[in-house]
Amino acid sequence: MRLAGRLGGAALSLVMVAVLGFFLFRVVPGDPVVSMTRGRPTTAATQEALRAQFGLDRPVHEQFWSYFTGLLRGELGTSFTFRRPVADVILERLGPTLLLVGTSTLIAVGLGLWLGVRAAWRRNSALDRVTTGVSLTLWAVPTFWLGMLLMMVTGDLFPSRGMRDTDTPPDFLSQALDVGHHLVLPSVTLVAVVCAEYALVMRSSLLEELHAPYLTTARAKGLRDDVVRRRHAVPNAVLPAITLVFLRVGLVVSGAITTETVFSWPGLGLLFYDALTGPDYFLLQGLLVVTAGAVVVMNLLADLLHGVLDPRVKVV
Amino acid sequence: MRRFLAHRTGTAGAVVLAVAALVALVAPLLIPAEALDVTRVTAPAWQPPGARQWLGTDHTGRSVALLMAQGAGTSLFVGLTAAVLAVGIGTLVGIVSGHFGGLLSGALLRVTDFFLVLPALVLAIALSTVLPRGLGTIVLAIGLTSWPSTARVVRAQTLTIEARPFVERARALGGGHGHVIGRHVLPSVVPLVLVNATLAVASAIVAESTLAFLGLGDPTRISWGAMLHQAQLHGAVPRAAWWFLLPPGLAIVVVVLAFTLVGRALEAVVTPKR
Repeated sequence: MRLAGRLGGAALSLVMVAVLGFFLFRVVPGDPVVSMTRGRPTTAATQEALRAQFGLDRPVHEQFWSYFTGLLRGELGTSFTFRRPVADVILERLGPTLLLVGTSTLIAVGLGLWLGVRAAWRRNSALDRVTTGVSLTLWAVPTFWLGMLLMMVTGDLFPSRGMRDTDTPPDFLSQALDVGHHLVLPSVTLVAVVCAEYALVMRSSLLEELHAPYLTTARAKGLRDDVVRRRHAVPNAVLPAITLVFLRVGLVVSGAITTETVFSWPGLGLLFYDALTGPDYFLLQGLLVVTAGAVVVMNLLADLLHGVLDPRVKVV
Repeated sequence: MRRFLAHRTGTAGAVVLAVAALVALVAPLLIPAEALDVTRVTAPAWQPPGARQWLGTDHTGRSVALLMAQGAGTSLFVGLTAAVLAVGIGTLVGIVSGHFGGLLSGALLRVTDFFLVLPALVLAIALSTVLPRGLGTIVLAIGLTSWPSTARVVRAQTLTIEARPFVERARALGGGHGHVIGRHVLPSVVPLVLVNATLAVASAIVAESTLAFLGLGDPTRISWGAMLHQAQLHGAVPRAAWWFLLPPGLAIVVVVLAFTLVGRALEAVVTPKR
């Protein structure tokens, strides 16, 4: 029953995402065609044709219906700048983003949780103070600025634009090395920003457990300190932390937008930037719906995962 | 107050903020308009720091030091107003959904949770792309997308307070909604709201700089984020023009950190348990 509730809630959220995506770009003052063609020579006839092409000349409820049924079929309209279906453009850019976000998240989770555990276990130690201080500072650092700084400091050491060079040999190994080389700076930027948050979450989660009676019992049994930490304290403390990691997926999304913009990484984040500089409303709407939908799904997964990992939480 | 001063980091943060506020207020009065006018400056572009331009010049020859001082106002103004807007909406939603039960509360909670998980920056980008460029748009875009966490905290506090016997007593004595909210709930959420507001300013300043960096800022105003946008656009990185890149970023970090530290010190004062 709880499972059905969760699934229903997620489905409702997805519908709300779709509705939000539609109205955000329709209720705004001004004519989307006028603002999208601003700065380009267009005749009234062209604008009329564009309006008809995008369906903007029809009543709002008809527009909504065709938009919504389109979504269910996986159609997101046509991009104004790319002159191609939005869904195709987004799919094309999905790979690089998954590579960047996936690598960075794995490193950030590992490093963040490790640091958080160390800091909380030796509370007020030098490591704790440094971890907390650095995390708070990194939280205050704008992602894009960190990226620009890294770019300037490392100079020619790492490539700073795009995902691969055009003159790399086409065999798999050279290509992979080239992409990996390009991946260094963007992923370091993203890791730095996201990892700080994870470390703080893990730290406070473990601090909650520190005075639990079962740890006193474990110590009374004569277990060594790091056995108490690894076998008893961390497994309990890591559960809420992992859920929070999933819940903060929006943070990674925001980080990816600015990181990809700074490093011209050809993923969804850079596509966001292209869409907003256009401005290309249909592309932006598609991106909003896709990323928000993905975040909703990730949250559902976090809920379910938490139920599996922690039997005290009954989800199923 | 004395307990706040006992937090050294919080006090340091407050001092930093006072200095930043002073600069923001005084700068527009002291800086002559022609010093920031691209068409009227005489200094060469991309000049490294020296005796005359002690923070160097930007791509048009304007003094980076003067731009920094002028930008403080915009960054602080957007941060403060967006935070007030966000915390105001959050408090209202939180109290209403905590105080009135039933369908309304359920619906508000649903909406809060929905906006809580959505990436705020994505929504803010969408809003500021469709609305006309300007200071008001940025404030709206940030304020309308960052209220849910306050709403959650305020709702929880409202529920806690309303379960206490003295509220029950007030109700039994005939106290209406207005009385319970005004006399009991509101005073108990004020400290929490203050803490949240301080932290909200911190994230609003980062959000402003991000939107400005993406070119969604008010094109007629100088802000630290807008300076970094110009730095990126005109190639400060390949030119290694560190004097144009470091100051705005450092200013953002210092001010945001100051707000965070003040917020954490306030939090420790109002929730003395830990």
